Amino acid sequence: MIDIVPTPSVAAPPSVAAIFGGFFSVGIIGFGGVLPLARRMIVEERRWMSGAEFTDMLALCQFLPGGNVINLSAAVGLRFRGWRGALAGLAGLMCAPCAVVIALGLFYARFEGEPAVRHGFAGLAAAAGGLIVAMALKVALPLRRDLPAAGLAALTLVAIAVLRVPMLATMAVMAPLGIAMAWRRGR
Amino acid sequence: MTDPLALFLLYAQLSLLAFGGGPTVLPEMQRQIVDVHHWMSAADFAALFALAQAAPGPNMMVSTLVGLHVAGLWGALAATLGMIGPSSLLTIGVVRLWDRFRDAPWRRAIQAGLVPVTVGLFLAAASMIALAADRSIALGLVTLAVAGLSLGTAIHPLWLLGAGALLGGAGLV
Repeated sequence: MIDIVPTPSVAAPPSVAAIFGGFFSVGIIGFGGVLPLARRMIVEERRWMSGAEFTDMLALCQFLPGGNVINLSAAVGLRFRGWRGALAGLAGLMCAPCAVVIALGLFYARFEGEPAVRHGFAGLAAAAGGLIVAMALKVALPLRRDLPAAGLAALTLVAIAVLRVPMLATMAVMAPLGIAMAWRRGR
Repeated sequence: MTDPLALFLLYAQLSLLAFGGGPTVLPEMQRQIVDVHHWMSAADFAALFALAQAAPGPNMMVSTLVGLHVAGLWGALAATLGMIGPSSLLTIGVVRLWDRFRDAPWRRAIQAGLVPVTVGLFLAAASMIALAADRSIALGLVTLAVAGLSLGTAIHPLWLLGAGALLGGAGLV
């Protein structure tokens, strides 16, 4: 009988350096949405995990607080190389964006007195405002047919943006309300 | 100059409050930095947020910039570590337990129940950033146009940011 060894769909576990390199490549090219790039790198290009494993790990990272991709870089690194891997994932992801943003910040601090630069940054800020307005509308749209959920979102908006209630107090009231609502629906 | 430790502690709190991702804590970040600590004006905060949008990486990079602006390079380091440290440690701690509660009904109820709250926080972040940035009607029109183009077309966000900066730099808005 001949054993046919199937081609493994998942590659060998990455080294600490490979974890750093993989997340570095994601951090340096990701603009306005790093998650799809992280998936492509981990599942398709380097085959560290299957698509299902990735989705499961992402679900955990989205459930917990914090930046989703940041949590993901720590969780993926930890899975393959323990705490060294987690540190490598975090450092790889963050080092290039930190360097770029610090360079931009130093430029801003040096030239913010120049009228043209100041006006340029005002235009940039207005455009960035447009991007976050679009992002907020995208996440809000699925709630439009769900009146109770939309009501809860509206209450949260008013509490935070109009009444300026601290976030901890707002969450202490709104989160239990939302969870109770979801719990009743799930039963 | 502000103590980097104060920045670290503020961002460590925000890190653990960021349910649903980084942008949900933007309003609280602005409230703390502008209204509570008076480290900068709302317009300055909007400008730093815009700069962070023009950089690659996760959408939490505004933390690094706030740290830099308030307390120099040590401030940038303190704010960045505060933003990524606590939530990463929590993730590392919980990863092993995930199999046990992934399919639990309470886990699903918590995740589904936080969605409307997260949506409200996103909308609050958008309104506060836009109001701080739009100091004239022309700037407000730039915000509206970028929002419309971003929703309705597949234009890369960097082009939209660049167009906004050019219009501003040329003195047109």
